[in-house]
Amino acid sequence: MRSNRRVFLKKTAITSGIGLLISETAHAKWLAELFSTSSVETSFNHSFETKTISLSDKINLKIPTIAENGAVVPLTVSCSLENVEQIYIFVEKNPVPLVAIFNLSPDIDAFVSARVKMAKTSQVTVIVKAESRLYKTQKLVKVTIGGCGG
Amino acid sequence: MSTIKIRTKRLEGKTQIRTLISHPMEHGRNKDEATGKLILAHYIQELIVKHNDKIIVSSQLGTGISKNPYFAFMLKGGEKGDIISVSWKDNLGKSDSQTREIE
Repeated sequence: MRSNRRVFLKKTAITSGIGLLISETAHAKWLAELFSTSSVETSFNHSFETKTISLSDKINLKIPTIAENGAVVPLTVSCSLENVEQIYIFVEKNPVPLVAIFNLSPDIDAFVSARVKMAKTSQVTVIVKAESRLYKTQKLVKVTIGGCGG
Repeated sequence: MSTIKIRTKRLEGKTQIRTLISHPMEHGRNKDEATGKLILAHYIQELIVKHNDKIIVSSQLGTGISKNPYFAFMLKGGEKGDIISVSWKDNLGKSDSQTREIE
């Protein structure tokens, strides 16, 4: 009886150890807590250690100021900063504010185009990490409901 | 048929990479009109773009990306015949990948 219990404990220890290893590698790729339903402040806190991120005019966010269809809002981020490592896109009023994180290699320009969903009129914030420093820019996008073309 | 379309265009010293993926990108809060039940969340979480087997973009995506996602990137350099590959993985464990030569 007693030996059985030992064996059982050993086995569970081993399997849970493996489980941890696997989940850790998976977490490095896609973190559920970053993409959880939360306020934009919580989302920022999950994503970045620092709270003060300076506005930079070196990031260019191209997005319509009025979006007639919130389901498809095209945006383009380009940036004249050197050594851009990451680009974060947040739509502040969305249930899940973080939309995407792009990790860019040095072989690629600091340029990303994508299409995002917007639940309602909101600030769209882009945060760029370059040489371990953070920069941001934001724009207010008005989402019209009813398709009158406001 | 692959869910991924890739288009490349060589510009001055650069290569524009555009990709269009057909995927529902459901965020799990929409209701099925016929049954009134919630539609299960189903969205792409990871997107990887490679240039000749070297990762140039790896991205983590959330539900805020539109249905049938479109992305564009700009590669420094890029020669005719180089291989661009795009792959994705979603929250239900499905995945797909596609390659294309730069023209």
